[in-house]
Amino acid sequence: MAHVVIPVGPQHPALKEPVNFRVVADGEKIVRLEIDLSYNHRGIEKAAESRDFIRVLPLLERVCGICSHSHATCFAKGIEELMQLEIPQRAQYIRTIVAELERMHSHLLWLGVAAHEIGFNTLFMWTWRDRETVQDILEEISGNRVNYNMNEIGGVRCDISPEQAGSILKRLPLLEERIGEYVKMAKSQRTMLMRFCGVGKLSRAEILRYGAVGPTARASGVDYDARRDDPYLIYNTIPWNVVTDEDGDVFGRTKVRIGELRESLGMVRYCLENLPGGPIRVQAPKTAPSGGEILSRYEAPRGELVHFIRTNGTDKVERLDIRTPTLANWTSVAAALVDQNLADIPVIVAAIDPCLSCTSRLVVADRKSGKTGNISWNELRNGVCRIRPGSNRI
Amino acid sequence: MTDPLFPLLYILVFPGFLFLLAYALILEYIDRWITARMQNRVGPPWFQPFADLIKMLSKEVIDPAGIDRRLFDAAPLVALAAVMTAFIYVPVIGSSPFAFEGDIVLVLYLLSIPTIILFLLGWLSRNVYAAMGGIRTVTQLFIYEVPFFLALLTPALMAGSWSISSIVAWQQQHLWCAILQPIGFIVALIGLQAKLERPPFDIPEAETEIVAGPWTELTGRRLAIMHLAVDVSLVVGSGLVAAMFLGGPAFPWSVEPGWLAGLSGLIVFLVKTFCVLFLLSAIKVATGRIRIDQLNDIGWKYIATAALVQVALVLAIQSARVIP
Repeated sequence: MAHVVIPVGPQHPALKEPVNFRVVADGEKIVRLEIDLSYNHRGIEKAAESRDFIRVLPLLERVCGICSHSHATCFAKGIEELMQLEIPQRAQYIRTIVAELERMHSHLLWLGVAAHEIGFNTLFMWTWRDRETVQDILEEISGNRVNYNMNEIGGVRCDISPEQAGSILKRLPLLEERIGEYVKMAKSQRTMLMRFCGVGKLSRAEILRYGAVGPTARASGVDYDARRDDPYLIYNTIPWNVVTDEDGDVFGRTKVRIGELRESLGMVRYCLENLPGGPIRVQAPKTAPSGGEILSRYEAPRGELVHFIRTNGTDKVERLDIRTPTLANWTSVAAALVDQNLADIPVIVAAIDPCLSCTSRLVVADRKSGKTGNISWNELRNGVCRIRPGSNRI
Repeated sequence: MTDPLFPLLYILVFPGFLFLLAYALILEYIDRWITARMQNRVGPPWFQPFADLIKMLSKEVIDPAGIDRRLFDAAPLVALAAVMTAFIYVPVIGSSPFAFEGDIVLVLYLLSIPTIILFLLGWLSRNVYAAMGGIRTVTQLFIYEVPFFLALLTPALMAGSWSISSIVAWQQQHLWCAILQPIGFIVALIGLQAKLERPPFDIPEAETEIVAGPWTELTGRRLAIMHLAVDVSLVVGSGLVAAMFLGGPAFPWSVEPGWLAGLSGLIVFLVKTFCVLFLLSAIKVATGRIRIDQLNDIGWKYIATAALVQVALVLAIQSARVIP
């Protein structure tokens, strides 16, 4: 069979969000692929510049529906550092509890999606059912299931009462049992092993070259986790381990995520049992100092999340730049896909747990003059643009 | 057979078309319900397959650009007709009145038609996903068809007959072929699962890879009829496996009067096809989808070998005259 170009996306059953791959295949083997990102640019970075710190947190939670707490915490801890605010211990514990619960529901969701990509819908249904337990706990803590809105500059919005802590602790054994079940399943389920082992392999050197982050990197033996190597909140005071694996394939990424599920569960349990007393927030100043710049790093469920914040002495940020883990992982996907089977595209793409809308960026480029630039908030609102959008979307 | 009306009633009403269509939809419902319960879901209401069929029949038929419309309309009908014809030779309440020496070969041939039609549809769709699906359909056909045929021919070898009804009669006198030929039974189940393109063999219609494979461009009544053809294949396939390996509709004791014998035969048929369906559903729930190259490996290395071993064993038993 001659080379065939198979379009995958922007609308395709394997994709939950729009992205476009042009897969050049030789029969069932992938020869090359071109990725076209950014169908979902939402102008959040620009919008963040026009909101004060109180109103920007709910906006940032909406960058991603899965790691909403990650974005809010990443931003809050950056701003707090600029303001030189000391956050009460209790608030830090609560932030950690929500962060680890979020990691658990994200990884359970991922496990289901990965199983669905290989047509193993039973595991998909099971993990999503168990994920409900985590979501219920989050709802009990914050009142919300997706965008928890827990953070405030200077602390957290909701406290965890002793009764709540007790009821959450009572639900953890069930989750622990289910996670144990998935560990067993991942190691023994024949079709899963067949579809995950040796698929989408990336060596340690490749991971470092492409700058992949999170479970994708840790599955190839890169022992890096922002929670340990650039500690924030209380991660350097509580017991936990960084989970790594040497396989470097989809199976390795599965093992890392299941391992992290266990670690997160342990952390949630530890934090709930050792919740210190005291206030849950401190009064934060209205404005941030002028000329402050900070690079706030945070280990989101999908990998290292980076917020660059520049302040200008007002109650708004001068510039906010968000680098989501998916953006860091994309190039590794393109490399991992070459020479693989066509049937493996969904599972290799899913293995980095892509979150496409969070990743969408827009650089407007004029094809003729080669000029690039950003769109201002007003231009975005009015739908007029100085520079015509070209093909150089990043 | 004396009444000239009898064959007509047999083909059109019971256990022919009317019963077959109803039972196909019921079996689809049971399959979906079992799957749902095993996956911790509620599952559809009992009339869902009927409602789906009626809804799809009433939907607009969309023609992809540049296809042969008449061929596209006719193909699903041919598939449905083929599998419905096959059912006439499957014993339901007793021996089929149309049975003849060699009907097993005809049934196996008719059962392959929907697969060929799917390939044809994929190829004619002028759609890259459908074409890929069509190629996968036919690749898969070459992998499972040989072991499936071999497995289903072993009971025929043992009974010394090429007629399904006489094989059923032979099993009534001796033992079920599932007990005598366990390897063949397992191979037949795997082959049937692959023929019906259910997980782990849903490679040709892999949703997350090639959208719906050959089904991608099917709409409205074409989709409804093709879907129905697959449902009927499920009935014919499970009925065939029940007849060849589980003793068919034969009741262990002779029952009087005649109508009671027919009724007991029908009940036995329903129970056995249901058991086969349950096994198929369990496989479907417990597995993910494998790749076509992996299926190629497994199919030729293990499944075909197992089928050949079964044939050799049967021939050895035959020559040793262990069973008269």
